[in-house]
Amino acid sequence: MCGEPLIEVVNLRFRYEDGTAALDGVDFRLSASETVALLGPNGSGKTTFLLHLNGLLQGEGEVRVCGLKVEKQNLAAIRRKVGLLFQDPDEQLFMPSVLEDVAFGPLSAGVPPEEALRRARQALAQVGMAEACDRAPYHLSAGEKRRVALAGVLVAEPEVLILDEPTTYLDPPGQRDLVALLRRLPQAKIIATHDVNLARALAQRAVFFERGRIVSDGPVEELIERFGWDTSAASGS
Amino acid sequence: MHHVVLEQWSRRASRVHALDPRAKLVVTLLLLIAIATSPALGGAQFAAYAGLLAAVVLAAGLPPGGVALRAGIVLPFAGALAVMNWLAGDVARSVAILLKSYLSVFAALVLVGTTPVARLFAGLERLGAPRSLVLVLQFLYRYLFVISEQAQHMRLAAQSRGALERAPRRTRLRAPASAVAVLFARSYRRAEAVYQAMLARGFAGHVEPVAPLRLAGKDLLAAGAASGAILAIRLGL
Repeated sequence: MCGEPLIEVVNLRFRYEDGTAALDGVDFRLSASETVALLGPNGSGKTTFLLHLNGLLQGEGEVRVCGLKVEKQNLAAIRRKVGLLFQDPDEQLFMPSVLEDVAFGPLSAGVPPEEALRRARQALAQVGMAEACDRAPYHLSAGEKRRVALAGVLVAEPEVLILDEPTTYLDPPGQRDLVALLRRLPQAKIIATHDVNLARALAQRAVFFERGRIVSDGPVEELIERFGWDTSAASGS
Repeated sequence: MHHVVLEQWSRRASRVHALDPRAKLVVTLLLLIAIATSPALGGAQFAAYAGLLAAVVLAAGLPPGGVALRAGIVLPFAGALAVMNWLAGDVARSVAILLKSYLSVFAALVLVGTTPVARLFAGLERLGAPRSLVLVLQFLYRYLFVISEQAQHMRLAAQSRGALERAPRRTRLRAPASAVAVLFARSYRRAEAVYQAMLARGFAGHVEPVAPLRLAGKDLLAAGAASGAILAIRLGL
């Protein structure tokens, strides 16, 4: 466990190689066991922001996870604390079988194979996919892929879960199952989403991104109302 | 899809399946060299190789008809060369080209159909194949499925806009060309995303095999017997 705050971001700025300013001075704090929804239009910097939280992108300013500064020598430790679930599960499931895919993280961290497989089975059971161990990831349905990808993240026992549009590609029952599953997980969560129902169901607090800045930070319901961010206004990414 | 069927075969259980992948790789390589270097008029030798392969197919419990049919995929390619030789008056060589290519693909199918792909790659790596090459093969195999699905979607989209039916020939040819370009660009973007997902889960430059390979006495015995048979056939003993 680590102290407060779990994540602290001070004046984060980032430009893509073509000069586009993607993040323009972002300040953000996350406390333990808190769930925050990131709202905002397409291209407002939500995903870019998420990629900074485990050092996949590094801009100007300061990002700290559990007190550790996000910089090269801390990356391995930080990536174990921060579990990132990508928007497209096909990008996250790259091993030949489900079990091997979930065991990828521990194996890369040098955990002996038997122990890595035991943890992988446990993580698969946690998301209700224990039966799928030997299946190939590309034979799974969208909902199953999402669960297996989540198991691949949970297996590292992260302190914070970062979810980028987790309900993309899921049908309504799949979305309901995912919400129920995420509710059971004790970790702090940051969820980038256009799905206001998901935001309402899981988060107490929301921040609103616009042109690379956080323009508002407050209770979910208040932000959804203030920005007219109800379902009819939201569109898929 | 071919690779789905092969994968199902490779997950069956038999004595051939249980052999260490390194033993199977070395024997297959030896067989391919023997087939390739056999004289064009060695009809009896070809029959003996075919007998040997048939015995392995039966021992492994693979459907003989299914393997024989799938090996036929090489015939259109080999056929072109065979026809050229036949037209040049070298009938024996043209028949040998067909037989050799067919037997070679048959042998490769037996290897892939009796070895789960993850173990095959682990075996290749242990035999000293460059690690980066094995990784590339592994990803090629994994994403073939995703990319071919994407290509099918694009084709459907083009068809539903009527692009391929009434258009003049130039447009009809240009559409697939630009589709290939788009597919390449998307695959490139996906490759970067997959790499990010790997880093996020602690990838340190090396994918650890889950089940460590163990070369046992029975593997050496089987490989020795098969190699002996192949050499005996090739040398006409």
